[in-house]
Amino acid sequence: MSLLLKNISLPLESFTLGMDVEVRGRVTAVFGPSGAGKTSLLDLIAGLRRAPSAFIQLDDRVLTDTAKHFSVPTHQRGIGYVPQDLALFPHLSVRQNLLYGCKPGGAAGRLFSFDHVIEILEIQPLTSRGVTELSGGEKQRVALARALLASPRLLLLDEPLASLDAPLKAKIIPYLIRIRDEFRIPMLCVTHDRSEALALADEIIVLVNGRVLQTGPVLDVFNRPASADVAAIAGVETLQAGVITDSHEGLATVKIHGATLTALAPATGTRQVFVCIRGEDVILQRDAARASSVRNRLPAHIMALRPEGALVRVELDAGFPLFALITRPACAELALREGDPVTALIKTPAIHLVPR
Amino acid sequence: MTLGEWQIVWFTAWVSALSTLVILPFGLALAWALARRDWPGKSIVETLVSLPLVMPPVATGLILLKLFGRRGAIGGFLHDRLNFDVIFTWRAVLLALSVMSLPLLVRSARVAFEEVNPRLEQIARTLGSGGWRVFFTITVPLAARGIVAGMILAFARALGEFGATIMVAGNIPGKTSTLSLTIFQDVQIGQDSSAFRLLGVSVVLAFAAVWFSEFLLRRKRKTR
Repeated sequence: MSLLLKNISLPLESFTLGMDVEVRGRVTAVFGPSGAGKTSLLDLIAGLRRAPSAFIQLDDRVLTDTAKHFSVPTHQRGIGYVPQDLALFPHLSVRQNLLYGCKPGGAAGRLFSFDHVIEILEIQPLTSRGVTELSGGEKQRVALARALLASPRLLLLDEPLASLDAPLKAKIIPYLIRIRDEFRIPMLCVTHDRSEALALADEIIVLVNGRVLQTGPVLDVFNRPASADVAAIAGVETLQAGVITDSHEGLATVKIHGATLTALAPATGTRQVFVCIRGEDVILQRDAARASSVRNRLPAHIMALRPEGALVRVELDAGFPLFALITRPACAELALREGDPVTALIKTPAIHLVPR
Repeated sequence: MTLGEWQIVWFTAWVSALSTLVILPFGLALAWALARRDWPGKSIVETLVSLPLVMPPVATGLILLKLFGRRGAIGGFLHDRLNFDVIFTWRAVLLALSVMSLPLLVRSARVAFEEVNPRLEQIARTLGSGGWRVFFTITVPLAARGIVAGMILAFARALGEFGATIMVAGNIPGKTSTLSLTIFQDVQIGQDSSAFRLLGVSVVLAFAAVWFSEFLLRRKRKTR
């Protein structure tokens, strides 16, 4: 898939959305704080909104070219859109909602069969209900299925998990991963949530105030923010791919390269995870022998010390790159210097596992 | 009730229903354009449509008489080119009722259209529906109760229309006599019993129409 977004210029309330990128990822996250122009971008791609200047091309088909006053109408674009409020049709049953976008003339023009989509998203028992009788998670699945059944060539998801609470999020993510893997449909997913971006996307576009600050593979962007602005929203945490080797009584043992950590087991049964640790949750200790309640004690070496205001960002090698944020006085008291051996302490609940 | 009275009731109900049907496509298109689009002259059209609600019906009737008379701008054309007369025929009744009841339909339908979440229409378009299909499968069904309520109000208004009708259609027995015209005439010539019978029919018809419209609006509020 290739989605070309060139010469985009769309004036919004407090800034102008400008963009010049080519989206190539299977799932690309448009990542940024609320009000960054993310939804406007999706509307533009779907043809629901006009921009004074835009060139949009999906694979080999030009959808919008303002220079030539050309624009394919929304209903001929073949772009599925699941908005944040889902927009299920309240006057239709679940089944009628699902069939709304199905092409007349049976399965011929469809990419996926009705039964297959229903099965993957587990909505068979819901089809005879009215949409107002559904729970939040069920509505989400129905909206996804409806968009899929219209056989889109690109699926736009606007904050697919934002309206759901944490347990429901954990339930919906596997469905989104199934859609990604089973139907192999390219997705552009707007989010302001790191774990959502990590779980779903392989590429990421960081959008702040209408400007693209950085693009690239998710891990690269989160681990190596190109600027302080990106770091501020994408985070300065430690982010590593890990594997759960053992899990019982709610605790998971995670291996990252050579190191082993204990973390709270994620709700889903996946073994492949991203390990997220915030810098302020890492405690540094000179003397490894002292006893404490902290489960994770990693011998490490200090690679670099970077003062950041009142804090010092300590880059450690603990078998994997680990970052710690400590205060300047603490740094002085421990007399930390590059190359010194230290012990990094991380409390179990401070380690966040995101399925990948 | 005499046969003549029944005929008047039947004619009034029939021509009122017809006028409601005639203004329906036009009224819905106008209501949609007012609710969903911005265009130059919108506020003027908005005012013009509502004018018959506030102007004396007789004045509206006079304007119609001048426009549709044989020497009027529209009536002259229809008479000369198509040999088609409007004034003092049942068509004039239809015309008067349509013009007088259009504002009620447009106002009600407009509010109903405005209450439909535009996001639903947009998403319907991403699902491959063109403008017309979206209008008939999403917009109209979701605005249906407001539209039906507007139709009933328009119908009820048409049933009782007097001033404009008498100006453009006169009161020709067996041809253009409606309930209201006949009640007025009966009272004038002292046939009170006939007037009261027709009054009873009017009350029943009007009551039923308004009650049904209120019933629909109540259900609409409940389902939100």
